[in-house]
Amino acid sequence: MKYVPWSPDTARTLLATLRDEEGPVLMALQLMQSEFGYVDKAAVELIANFFNKSRADVHGVLTFYHDLRTSPPTEHVIALCVAEACQAVGSRDLERVVKEKFGDEVQNAFCFGNCALGPAVMVDGKLIGRANLEKISAARL
Amino acid sequence: MKVFVPGDSAAVSVGADDVAAAIATIDPSIEIIRNGSRGALWLETLIEVETPAGRIAYGPVSAHDVSSLFEADFLHGGSHALYLGKTDEIAWLANQDRVTFARVGIIDPLSLADYRAHGGLIGLQKALNLSPDEVIQMVTESGLRGRGGAGFPAGIKWKTVAQTVSEQKYICCNADEGDSGTFADRMLIEGDPFTLIEGMTIAAIAVGATKGFVYIRSEYPQAISTFQKAIDIARSNQVLGDGVLGSAHAFDIQVRVGAGSYVCGEETAMLESIEGKRGVVRAKPPLPAIEGLFGKPTVINNVLTLSTVPKILADGADTYKARGVGRSLGTQVFQLAGNIARGGIVETAFGITLNELVNTYGGGTFTGRPLRAVQIGGPLGAYFSIAQFETSMDYESLIAAGGMLGHGGIVVFDDSVDLAVQAKFAMEFCAIESCGKCTPCRIGSTRGAETIDLIIQGVRVDENKKLLLDLCEVMTDGSLCAMGGLTPLPVKSAMINFPSDFTGVRT
Repeated sequence: MKYVPWSPDTARTLLATLRDEEGPVLMALQLMQSEFGYVDKAAVELIANFFNKSRADVHGVLTFYHDLRTSPPTEHVIALCVAEACQAVGSRDLERVVKEKFGDEVQNAFCFGNCALGPAVMVDGKLIGRANLEKISAARL
Repeated sequence: MKVFVPGDSAAVSVGADDVAAAIATIDPSIEIIRNGSRGALWLETLIEVETPAGRIAYGPVSAHDVSSLFEADFLHGGSHALYLGKTDEIAWLANQDRVTFARVGIIDPLSLADYRAHGGLIGLQKALNLSPDEVIQMVTESGLRGRGGAGFPAGIKWKTVAQTVSEQKYICCNADEGDSGTFADRMLIEGDPFTLIEGMTIAAIAVGATKGFVYIRSEYPQAISTFQKAIDIARSNQVLGDGVLGSAHAFDIQVRVGAGSYVCGEETAMLESIEGKRGVVRAKPPLPAIEGLFGKPTVINNVLTLSTVPKILADGADTYKARGVGRSLGTQVFQLAGNIARGGIVETAFGITLNELVNTYGGGTFTGRPLRAVQIGGPLGAYFSIAQFETSMDYESLIAAGGMLGHGGIVVFDDSVDLAVQAKFAMEFCAIESCGKCTPCRIGSTRGAETIDLIIQGVRVDENKKLLLDLCEVMTDGSLCAMGGLTPLPVKSAMINFPSDFTGVRT
């Protein structure tokens, strides 16, 4: 996935597109992350000022949601479902081998809605069904 | 020549895009329709060819099967090892009663013309010719209950919103389908998005709302992009906008994307999240129907509830409620998941038995090992043993059996499952996903996981089991919402139905 380097000016331009939205803070944080790959510390104050919220409000939202990151992601992101339906087809064993091989790139996820074709893994945004180490390695390239 | 290759993300996850590309490479003149999935996910990638005799299916197809399909003249229904015959005659599909999912897998999801040709917009047109009261009356009479899991009668909720006076009202569709083992919302949005738009618009007309939000989880990127496109198409064709189908009604829909929080599937946490805040549960009352989104009267329904409404309007309440049992009327979109040989969507009238779903449709486990447990209704649902397989699948029978229907997902486990480990996971999941507002959920879940761990290790087993049951009672009675309130359901059902896993002796 391609991200641009953090820039307050770009951030302000992006925030302006949300000016008319009702309840824009979460959307603003998501927009920062989709553009820059993460939410920079400086973005918190920027968003707070832009939408007339307190920094505490923005920080609260930022730290509540599992999706939101405060540092840049690894080059590849492997999100591995460890919810019940995937557990039933061996996702815990898969988790061990995938984490052994790809380390920090691997994060646990709870359900991609592919529960009849598990284990389900999302590699760099691409969903893989009946996942195994081989398929994950191939999708990561 | 028309070939259907599902664009559903489950099909894509097992190579549908590669199949479509391989077909296009061999014969670029073929028109490839990226339909939704028929729901027989065990046959994905299931491709179909339009022939004078009807649609002929082949599956499960991989990209490397494509050249042999051409050699077998699949374009004219030629014989091949993957030949399945007419799609409509595949018993697994033919025996179902598709109402909510009537069009999914059949139409081009983003063709409004196709949607109309298959009965789309008839319900909305009818609603425009009725008074709002008559629309609500029809939905009430149909017996339609909330398919998100709570099972509250949709018509009564709508009536409350309709009767509450406010200059602004909202329709919020809950598409935060976070329960493991459920995927019907995703498949409906990807496969027949206009149905949801139509259902929300009918709700809006009935209660006097002008704006709708659909809250879709971030784990569903394809559903988000498909639905966004469907909204744009609906706007440019006057299905949404200032004059819905040329009437005086104004209604528009916006997509809001979740951010990986399970508790945001709880309706009041979802409202907070749509408002851009932390997904912290609200105390009720006030009911969202009276003070909901931004403090305004709000209809909150699940994707399946809203998507069933157009059919009820089109065919009448009596046709819908003729199906089902007791107070569970109509059809339920069951989802067969986990360790299952033939997983996917089974839509059928309430009252089918668990055995019919898991064995007749599901064909037992995927691994071929003996089936040991099923969890019904997501991470907050109960674990059932095979001794309970004659349970009728409806709201009341499942509650009587110590479980709940939830969103209709059924997760199958083979005999390698350890129910104490599953019970511990239920507590751990609650600890990770708790919004933190109330103590029984926030702290109880962590203490619960620790206590189950002690049982697993064989430490003071009887004492800890008693303690765990006591904790479960506190969580059930003392939690603000279903997150903490229902986490004891999988835990206690595992203890009751699989006592041999809670002896502290590991095998």
